[in-house]
Amino acid sequence: MTGRTRYVGPGRLALMMGVLLGAVVAGLLVGPVSLNPLRVIAEIVDRLPFVAVDSGLTDREAAIVWDLRLPRVVLGAIVGAVLSVAGGAYQGVFRNPLADPYLLGVAAGAGLGATLAIVGGQSTGGLVPLAAFIGAVAAVTAAYGLGSVGGRTGSSLILAGVAVAAFFTAAQTYVQQRNADTIREVFAWILGRLGTAGWHEVRLVLPYAVVSVVVILLHRRLLDVLSVGEDEAGTLGVDPARVRLTVVLAATLGTAAVVAVSGLIGFVGIIVPHTIRLMFGGSYRSILPFAVIGGAAFLVLADLAARTVLSPAEVPIGVVTAFLGAPFFGVVLRTAVRRRTA
Amino acid sequence: MTRRIPWMLLALSFIAAACGGDGGTDTTATAPDFPMTVMGVELPDRPERIVSASASHTEMLYAIGAGQRIVATDLFSDYPPEASSTEKIDAFNINVEAVAALDPDLVVLGFDPGDVAAGLATLGIPVLLFDAPASLDDVWAQLEALGAATGQVDEAAALTAEMQGSIDRVIGSVPAGGASPTYYHELDPTYFTITSETFLGQLYGMLGLRSIADETSDAGFGYPQLNAEFIIEADPDFVFLADTLCCSATAESLAARPGWDALSAVSAGRVVELDDSVASRWGPRIVEFLETVAAAVAEGGAG
Repeated sequence: MTGRTRYVGPGRLALMMGVLLGAVVAGLLVGPVSLNPLRVIAEIVDRLPFVAVDSGLTDREAAIVWDLRLPRVVLGAIVGAVLSVAGGAYQGVFRNPLADPYLLGVAAGAGLGATLAIVGGQSTGGLVPLAAFIGAVAAVTAAYGLGSVGGRTGSSLILAGVAVAAFFTAAQTYVQQRNADTIREVFAWILGRLGTAGWHEVRLVLPYAVVSVVVILLHRRLLDVLSVGEDEAGTLGVDPARVRLTVVLAATLGTAAVVAVSGLIGFVGIIVPHTIRLMFGGSYRSILPFAVIGGAAFLVLADLAARTVLSPAEVPIGVVTAFLGAPFFGVVLRTAVRRRTA
Repeated sequence: MTRRIPWMLLALSFIAAACGGDGGTDTTATAPDFPMTVMGVELPDRPERIVSASASHTEMLYAIGAGQRIVATDLFSDYPPEASSTEKIDAFNINVEAVAALDPDLVVLGFDPGDVAAGLATLGIPVLLFDAPASLDDVWAQLEALGAATGQVDEAAALTAEMQGSIDRVIGSVPAGGASPTYYHELDPTYFTITSETFLGQLYGMLGLRSIADETSDAGFGYPQLNAEFIIEADPDFVFLADTLCCSATAESLAARPGWDALSAVSAGRVVELDDSVASRWGPRIVEFLETVAAAVAEGGAG
C-alpha cells in the first residue's frame, strides 16, 4: 500500500488538516458578537463529556457559542466537504472539468420539492428538507432514465441532466407564480440557510454526508482507472457503467441532503476539487480525500466572511464563495500553468 | 440567475422607498371635474374600469369609495375581501395585452417591472405609477392623487384627515420621553429586517421605538439581513414578526429556534405577531399597524 500513501502523504495531510483546524477555530472565535476567545474555547471544552470547566460566559453568550456559532461552523464544514467531494466525483465520472454537484438537476429538483412543500403549507412541519431531498433524487433519477437511452455514456447523461433541470426549474417557477403569497418563503429557503442553521440540521444531514463521502472515497482508485477511458477501463476489468452509477448515486445523495438543509451554494464543487488538483496533481486518489478536507475549510472560511464583512448584516454566502473563490482559483491556475511551462 | 430574484423581490417593494415618491396632483379642485390631469397623466373622463396592480393602492381605492369601479387587481390584493374576487393579474409579470383586454380607463401601478407604463400609454390607457413612500407625506400625496384621478376628491381628503387624526391619537397614547425601546422587525425567516430610516421604521419611530439594525448603516438599502448572533446579543425589547402569513412564524416557533430562548423579549412575552400584509402596505391600515405596535408597547412596558 505504499502506492496509496504517495497520494495522501503525511506532509500534505498535515497541511490540509492544519488549514481546516485553523478555519474551524477562526470560525468559532470570530463573529459579529465579540467574545473572549479563551472563554469560547472553555465553553466548548465544558460541553465535552466528563469535563467541567467554568467558561465565565453568560447564559446568552453561551447560547451564542453553542447554539448559533458552533452548529453553523460544523454545518458549513459538512456542506463544504460534501459539495467539494461530490463535484470532484462528478468531474471524474463524466471526465468533464465543468461538472458540478448540481449538474444532473439536483438543485432544480430540490427547488421544486421545497416549493411544493411550502405551497402545500408544510413550512412549519420540517418536511421541507425531506421534500427537497425527494425532489433532488427524483430529478437525478429522471436524468439517469433519459440519459441511459443513449447507452448511458457520460455526455448523454449530462444532456439529460440539462433537460431535466430546465423542466424542473420551469415547473418550480410556474408553481411559484400560482402561489405568489409563498414566494418569500420559497426564496428564503433556496437562498442558502447556513445563517439559520442549528444542531437539528447537522443531525439531519450527517448520516447522508458520511455515507456519500465514504462511498465516493472508496471509489477513488476506480475513478483513476475510468479517467484513462471507458474501453481501457473495461480491459482492466472495471465496469464503467456500474462505477458511474454508484458514484453518481453517492454524490447525488450527499448533494441532495446538503441542499435540503443549506439551500444552494454555488461554486464550491468546482473551485475546490480543481484547486486540489492543481496543488497535488490529477489523481482522484489525492483529489477526493483532500477535497473533503479543503472543501470543509473553504466553506467555513467563506461563511466566516459572510457573517463578518458587513457585520452585523449578512452577505449571501454564494456571493462570498464566488468572490473569494474565483480570484484564489485564478492565482492557483496561473501558478500551476507557469510551473508546468517553466 | 435564480438566486438574484429574491433580492429583487425584496428590493422592489422597498428600494423605491429610498428614492422618495412624487404623488403631487396638478389640481386641487374639490368637485370631480373631468377631463383633468393628475401627475402629468390625462384623464378624459371619470375612470369606470380601474385596474390596480398594487395591494396598497387597492386598499386606498376601496377606502375612498372607488372600489366598485375596480375590475382587476394584482395577486397580492386581498383586502378588503372583495378585492380577492376581482379579475387577477400578476404585478411582477404584467402582460400589457392582457391588461388592455380588460379595457381599463385607469391603471394603477406600484412599480413598473419593465416598460409596462410606456406600453399601456402607447395604447392610450392612462397609467398612474406610484413609488413606495419615503414618508407619511408621500402617502397623503398618493391618496390625494388617487382621489383626484377617480373623482373621489372629498373622500380622499376625509380619509387623510381621519387617518392623521387616528395616528396622532395613537402617538399620543404612548408615553413620550425616557429611553427608546428597541425592536427587531422580522421580514422573513432568514432575518431580513428594517432600519429606522425606512418608511416602516419611521412609523415605529413615531411610537418611540428604535431598530436594532440601525448600525448596519447602508447595508441592504435599509433592509439588511441580520446575523442571528447579533440579534441575540442586541437583545431587542420587542420582536415584531411580519412573516406570520408568508412563512408561518409564531412567537412559539421563534422561541423554539436554537439560542433564541435567551432573548428577554421571549421570556417577557414581548414577541408580537403582525399581519404581514398590514405591516408591508401603506394604505389605510397603517393606523391598524400603529395601534397594534402601540398596544404592545403599552402592555410590555418600555424596555
